[in-house]
Parts: sequence; structure tokens; C-alpha cells
Amino acid sequence: MKFGIQINEGPYTHEASTTALNFVSAAVEAGHEVFRVFFYHDGVNNGTRYTTPPQDDRNIVEAWSELAEKHNIDLVVCVAAAQRRGIVDEGEQERNGKDGNNIAPGFRISGLGQLIEAGIQCDRLVVFGD
Amino acid sequence: MPMLHTVNKSPFERGVLESCIRLATKGSAVILIEDGVYGATKASTASAMVEEAMKDLDFYVLSSDLKARGVDESRLIDGITVVDYSGFVKLTVDNDKVQSWL
Repeated sequence: MKFGIQINEGPYTHEASTTALNFVSAAVEAGHEVFRVFFYHDGVNNGTRYTTPPQDDRNIVEAWSELAEKHNIDLVVCVAAAQRRGIVDEGEQERNGKDGNNIAPGFRISGLGQLIEAGIQCDRLVVFGD
Repeated sequence: MPMLHTVNKSPFERGVLESCIRLATKGSAVILIEDGVYGATKASTASAMVEEAMKDLDFYVLSSDLKARGVDESRLIDGITVVDYSGFVKLTVDNDKVQSWL
């Protein structure tokens, strides 16, 4: 079965991102395909590589990058939500004249159409957030 | 068409479990995750509502979120099924749609 995931909450806000990570891992383990994870609203904060939690805490951003690479999962950050919160890739850096970028490996910035497409393409769309 | 409802808030914090119970149709499933697991405990101010709803809805609770909060399974309302993440995934497969109450 093909899954789409939507995350509306940042990595250290409450629990949604960790729950989604566990859900995606379990889905992949059961032989399902996770087509796309769409990071919306404060969920875009999952996509910055500048996240530096203490060594004894979970690095949720890295966990997403690793999971995506291992299982070829498309991690998409909503562009409008990202602009508001300072999540920037090379394209956005150039377009908005910023002095750097911070997108984490495996993530890409795109539009809301990617969420709609996931809703159409996937058998199930599961939303995590606050 | 069976639907799975996910509830991640305690019934003592927000009214989403009540809203979910009010609007879920007979034969649907509800999984309590994160702080939502408090809704599965017996002898609380919310347990009568859940017990009544169980006549029409199947209730599940996520084991790791129970453990994280120190809620022993002996404290759960009788008839609520404890599942792990693979059980959670299976519920999303067995039901046609997933509605997250946030």
C-alpha cells in the first residue's frame, strides 16, 4: 500500500514528528511504500540541518534524512511555510537574496500541490500534528 | 466504509476525543496516541463517555505511548485493544480512510 504523510509540527514542539517517524519506519518494515512526507506549518522546522540538539537527545532532523535516504522517501517542505520560518535551500537563497541556506539532506522545498498530489496518488494520507 | 480516527490529545486538555466520538460513525475505529492515551484509562471523568462510545466504535491505544507515560495496561478500560506501531499501521490499512483529530 502507498502512504502519504503530513506533519504540521516542529521536531521539538511536542511529539508529532517522532510519532510520524515511528509510523513511517513501521510502515516501511511492513512492506508498504511511503511515497512522500509533506512538512506543513511549523512542521517545516523538521527540515533545517542547523538543528543541534544535545548529544544525549534525539536528532529528529537527522533521523528523517537517514530514513529518507535508506528508503527513498520524498521529504517535501512547504515553500510558503518555509519562507515565514527561515527554512532556505539554494534556490530560495538566490530568489530571496539570502546570505545562506539551511535545508537538511534529503529535504526539498516545493509547493502545496505536492501535498494534493500525495493525497491523490496514495492509498492513505495520515496527518500528524498538534 | 470504515474509518480510522486518531486522537492525540488528553480528554482533560482538549475536547477532541469528545468531538471524535460525537462524529465518528458506527463501526469506525479510534486509536488513542500520544497524550490521547489518557482517554483509555478507567475510573476517570472521561471513561463513562468512552465506555458508552465503545458500543458503536472499536477503541485501540498505542503501547509505546502508554509506557512513556507510566500508564499500566491494568488501568485501561476493559475492551480497549493495545497495539504497537505495526498494529497502528495495520489499522490504517484495514480502514479505508484516516481522520486525524488534532
